[in-house]
Amino acid sequence: MKHSRIRVLSPKKRGAPYSDKITHILVGTATCGRAAGSMAVLEAFSGEIEGLKDKARVWEVGCMGLCSQEPLVTIIKPGDFSVCYHHVTPQMVPQLVEGYVRGDDPCLDLALGTLAGGNGDGVYIPELDLFKYQSRVLLRNCGYISPLQIDHYFACGGYRGLAKALKLKPTQIIRQIEKSGLRGLGGAGYSAAAKWAACAKAGGSTKYVICNADEGDPGAFMDRVLLESDPHSVLEGMIIAGYAVGAKKGYIYIREEYPLAIERIKIALKQARAKGLLGRRILDSDFNFTIEIVRGAGAFVSGEETAMIAAIEGGRSWPEHRPPYPAQAGLRGRPTLVNNVKTLAYVSIILQRGWRPFHDIGTGGSPGTALFALAGKLENTGLAEVPMGTSLRALVYDIGGGIKRGRQFKAVQIGGPLGGCITEDLLDTQIDFDSLRKAGAIMGSGGVIVMDEDNCVVDTAKYFVDFSRQESCGKCTFCRIGTYHMHSILEEITRGEGSIESIEALGVLAEDVRAGSLCGLGRMSPNPVLTTLRYFREEYEAHVLDQRCPARVCKELTAYYILPEKCYRGCDHCVLACPAEAVFSDEQGIKVVDQLKCTKCGSCELVCPPEYNAVIRLSPVSLVPADRRTRPDTKEPKA
Amino acid sequence: MYSSIITASQQHPCHLIDVLQQIQNRDGYLSNEAMLEVAELLDISSASVWGVATFYNQFRFTPPARKQVKVCMGTACHLAGGQLVLEAMARELKVEVGGTSEDREFSLERVACIGCCALAPVVTIENKVYSKMTPPGVEEALVEVKSESEMEGL
Repeated sequence: MKHSRIRVLSPKKRGAPYSDKITHILVGTATCGRAAGSMAVLEAFSGEIEGLKDKARVWEVGCMGLCSQEPLVTIIKPGDFSVCYHHVTPQMVPQLVEGYVRGDDPCLDLALGTLAGGNGDGVYIPELDLFKYQSRVLLRNCGYISPLQIDHYFACGGYRGLAKALKLKPTQIIRQIEKSGLRGLGGAGYSAAAKWAACAKAGGSTKYVICNADEGDPGAFMDRVLLESDPHSVLEGMIIAGYAVGAKKGYIYIREEYPLAIERIKIALKQARAKGLLGRRILDSDFNFTIEIVRGAGAFVSGEETAMIAAIEGGRSWPEHRPPYPAQAGLRGRPTLVNNVKTLAYVSIILQRGWRPFHDIGTGGSPGTALFALAGKLENTGLAEVPMGTSLRALVYDIGGGIKRGRQFKAVQIGGPLGGCITEDLLDTQIDFDSLRKAGAIMGSGGVIVMDEDNCVVDTAKYFVDFSRQESCGKCTFCRIGTYHMHSILEEITRGEGSIESIEALGVLAEDVRAGSLCGLGRMSPNPVLTTLRYFREEYEAHVLDQRCPARVCKELTAYYILPEKCYRGCDHCVLACPAEAVFSDEQGIKVVDQLKCTKCGSCELVCPPEYNAVIRLSPVSLVPADRRTRPDTKEPKA
Repeated sequence: MYSSIITASQQHPCHLIDVLQQIQNRDGYLSNEAMLEVAELLDISSASVWGVATFYNQFRFTPPARKQVKVCMGTACHLAGGQLVLEAMARELKVEVGGTSEDREFSLERVACIGCCALAPVVTIENKVYSKMTPPGVEEALVEVKSESEMEGL
């Protein structure tokens, strides 16, 4: 594995987006920051520095990918350290302004660390170990420059790639992309240069470029972060792609669920037009190019390139047979290049800094970096950008910080609903397109969900199949009906009603859906089932043979039980919290859950004070002692 | 009535989704009348309009409630107990998932990932995000929201 830091990508010093005359306050206001309350923090800072106009300025920036630390604020002070503060609230703002804007006290008790890098190099916080394993290429500007300022992007080397590209012949650009070894980062990992060359070679004067920003995996958000934090890097890549394949018109297809990304791209487009980077005779060349935003109306299948083309044409998002590939006959029958957000953002950096630094990161077959959204039962959730070839173990333990609350690792699901799950003994698998596929998972959307012993793999497989079932466009019978039946079988198993035959049937059906579907959604939707069947068969069998859910998640197989020896009689928390009035006191005042009434909402377990910790879950339900199942005056439920 | 929304340049079937989005932005939903008129203006069959509108998750066909409750059912939220939160919400609001309460005050929807995975499970009521939700937390949030509605009513 060739491993190097982003620094190698910046041979020359470039300008700096932030002047060294005044103090700069950077507030992260991407969607994740806003959800944690950063807009109130932004407002508080603006109010607090009212009288300091010539000394300090507040900027909205994007997201560094440290979701669990939001709201994040960085103060860049001339001649002093740049300090990052986490979990910032409006109440902390006066202290920060008094301390580090007016005075020289960096308020270390509120700080997360210092900010290093910047000016086009990847920004990172050296005090945090999780940055040691990362190479921030795509994320280099995220959380540092303001996405609302095109000048910030210029200062970090932005649009220099386009300026260089316009001096080259299109074939020379494609040759550079080929040398870099760039593979499509939308999931499939198809060679970017091959796609570009096919589109450039295709005849006709009207061609299109489409940027695929329909990030549909319900657990991946790196495209959104890029669009919200560094929109110009995506636009620059699109314009270069347009020039290389001979297109004059580009579409950026963004899902409607990303309103902030749409807003920021709109602003970026306006700025680019005003600077002559879009429109007629771009940078005084003969090249004309325009970009239009298309708002996706919400369909997971639209992420498939032919389905996306159908959506842009105004119809149902149905995939088509390939060939002909979109590069030959796509939008309105014209040659069309469809690339993912990350792929296009990479194009700008490859053109800005040459193909070699990119090629030097990662592995021979998969150069560059991979961008992942870490979620689930990890200490550190958020975005991580690692060189290809990094092991999954490093991703989960070194960057993710291991499992929350010291629980036991169970599995990691990579690639979203179409990906597969990987177990402990495969954690040393290296991250690249080919190794992941061999292990049964895919790079896919880049969503990484870590499960611990409290997550049921059957329930998780059911969740993903349910998603694919709802999102199946209905064109292919196997996908439309197969996912429906896979879901019903999984329902049966999680209710304890299945049998060994249903597990067999599930496996057969999964293979059939894979074989009988046209597009990636249908072909890969069985992956979660196939991989969990391969690695966790005993957990499926426990559900059907012993009526037992080992993780105690599946409702029908789990009972809430109050340990009499731990219950403190004087406390009524569980009784008050129960929405079904299922908790009652026995003659000694010890609480009992009436299994006939219990809706298994888990409220009693949550409210039971930690010093008693009396509520536990039991599976199978027959473990609940017979004399503590229901009120004495009601009849014993049939087992 | 919709001809004002649809500019001359949009009178082509390829703008259908865009036009439907604009109508929903203005009216809050797509009424049958609206879809019939769109079919006429774009010169396509009403079945095609209906087919496209029902294909995508974004479009709704009944007027929205005053307060929209959305429970995230993305992967991270699911693993953190989102299903229990959704059920608690349905129980407390006395609304089925996907439905609207009788007084049109609340509607309850499940949505796929709103991108706050680190705060899972999350619920949004109007545009406010409630993070790390639990079934007892649902009750608290609703008490807050309902008292706000009463204040507005005064």
